[in-house]
Amino acid sequence: MTTRIQQTFTTLKAEGRAALVTYMMAGDPNYEIALEIMKTLPQSGSDVIELGIPFSDPMADGPTIQAANLRALRNGQTLQKTINMLREFRENNTSTPVIMMGYYNPIYVYGVERFLENAKVAGVDGLLVVDLPPEMDQELCIPAKKAGINFIRLATPTTNDKRLHTILQNASGFIYYISLTGITGQTLTNMPDVITSVNRIKTYTNLPVSVGFGVKTKAQVEQVGQIADGVIVGTALVNAIAETFSGKGKIRKNSVKAVYDFVRELRSGLQSGV
Amino acid sequence: MKSDVNEEVEVSSYWNEPDAKGMFGAFGGQFVSETLMPLIFELQEAYAAACSDPDFKDEFEKLLTYYAGRPSKLYYAEKLSEYLGGARVYLKREDLNHTGSHKINNCLGQILLARRMRKTRVIAETGAGQHGVATATVSARFGFPCVIYMGEKDVERQKTNVVRMNLLGATVKPVLAGNKTLKDAMNEALRDWVSNVRNTYYLIGTVAGPHPYPKMVRDFQSVIGNEVYSQILEQEGRLPDMLIAAVGGGSNAIGLFYPFLNKKNIDIVGVEAGGLGLETLKHCASMTAGNPGVLHGNRTYLLQDEDGQIREGHSVSAGLDYPGVGPEHSWLKSIGRVQYVPVLDHEAVEAFQLLTRIEGIIPALESSHAIAEALKRAPKMSKNEILVVNLSGRGDKDIHIVGKLLDLNV
Repeated sequence: MTTRIQQTFTTLKAEGRAALVTYMMAGDPNYEIALEIMKTLPQSGSDVIELGIPFSDPMADGPTIQAANLRALRNGQTLQKTINMLREFRENNTSTPVIMMGYYNPIYVYGVERFLENAKVAGVDGLLVVDLPPEMDQELCIPAKKAGINFIRLATPTTNDKRLHTILQNASGFIYYISLTGITGQTLTNMPDVITSVNRIKTYTNLPVSVGFGVKTKAQVEQVGQIADGVIVGTALVNAIAETFSGKGKIRKNSVKAVYDFVRELRSGLQSGV
Repeated sequence: MKSDVNEEVEVSSYWNEPDAKGMFGAFGGQFVSETLMPLIFELQEAYAAACSDPDFKDEFEKLLTYYAGRPSKLYYAEKLSEYLGGARVYLKREDLNHTGSHKINNCLGQILLARRMRKTRVIAETGAGQHGVATATVSARFGFPCVIYMGEKDVERQKTNVVRMNLLGATVKPVLAGNKTLKDAMNEALRDWVSNVRNTYYLIGTVAGPHPYPKMVRDFQSVIGNEVYSQILEQEGRLPDMLIAAVGGGSNAIGLFYPFLNKKNIDIVGVEAGGLGLETLKHCASMTAGNPGVLHGNRTYLLQDEDGQIREGHSVSAGLDYPGVGPEHSWLKSIGRVQYVPVLDHEAVEAFQLLTRIEGIIPALESSHAIAEALKRAPKMSKNEILVVNLSGRGDKDIHIVGKLLDLNV
């Protein structure tokens, strides 16, 4: 079975450009605005959407995404509402792949079977769960695969060849290469290492390889787009949303427009090639 | 792998857990981000190699004896026993260890591992500051730069320990996220670790975290129970009838309990922080009042809402202020081998005062929870029964908190 994720990467490969993968936190700053932001992402040039599931203890995230998690939770976001948001999004969009991304506990507490069923009906294409390494594949990865949902695996600068083999075993959709050892929101400085790593991963798999962590500007999108199949932007986008309201949560600017403009600019870094 | 947390199993030995994946029944595991996995394997291998290296064991034991001052005494609390009029109450005096608590046992073991693994920097999380102090101590002794993450609220309420850590050369980083207590300190330590994977050793202070930490910390702390085993045989000629220890993350408790788990006629009681009462949500009784979930690398009982968001706990004792618990405790609860009960803030403070006044021993507020449970249980036991309570730490660090609560002029 081919998922929207696979279709998108195949199409873009034929076009000769990398996919722009954008991360947003469901329910940030609130449900209504987040849904509008989500709807605007494909129009502004995002090829794949990562929809963040808020969690109280985002251990792999830096201050920007930590704050987004808390804003969403404070405004009443739950896993059920995130599934609902996806369902509403799908009423008008049946082509853009959506990956739900987050930490395991909300899914575990919701119930794995129930989650897979409801998320599938709502229109999810992939899952990325930060704290589920291959050792824990029985928990969610294998049930997700059975349900026809891609399970996106992470590879990192600490991944050696032996480990890569383990990671690739149940991987599907694409490989998410984390460009640096650290949390989200840091700065990408080691492009030569990233190039080496992406090429190494590609010798072991035919799955597309997307690169995330530290990609913030059009110039970086352009640079990473030349060596990877997908470019992932998270913190910079969450920050663009955060900047549209004051510290007290008052909306100062149109968040949806801010996201639209920012994503368009990022996307202009990815031109179709030969 | 067993993943049904409600599964009831007949157990022939309580010493077979965890399995190769770090599971204690349905609890435990390795729920961490991929960046950390190679480090976890490195640690697993290093620990396995150390376990079969007689030099490692020898050095660890020498440090426990000559540096930490072990064995700690098993003290027959005659006055307390008379006062309660029931069981003969013994106190395992972990408060007499170097640095004032059981935390030094684990820190000595892990610092030797850090050195074996050629790491050059140590990080740790701390709640009450006891583990922070013990980590800063062994880092000073073995020449490691050391960073301690501590919730800002705990920095405030455990100032003395912050000064101790600073004097020992550690950098204390106050954590401003979340409720600003132990859980948030652990999140921040994990963020540091994932950012500094190549040179940093994360010295976890309790029997939580991803495998192999729960097993490794248990092994290092089991010296407590092993000593009690031979000490009580020497002093009483028989094994105790009941063991009681306080449970936050659960390292002092598992250290006492583990060697006795297979003696099925011994009642074992773990005491959680009941805070202001379970009905108030102002407590930290994750096993009595929580549900299974996944946090900080393992599946265990957690305080959480119906959406799987972790709740902020509360306890008068900073060391028990953690919304989770070590996975082995969750397993021991699920199979019914250990009974877990809550003790309220005020009961712990009363026990603190009582022990201070009639035995001349000032217990840590964490340990006071165990004492409080002993006050309830001992009178119901007969005079020839034996009750051992783990006095996991000394109370000097809590003088100001208790003083304030009692309106003493501090």
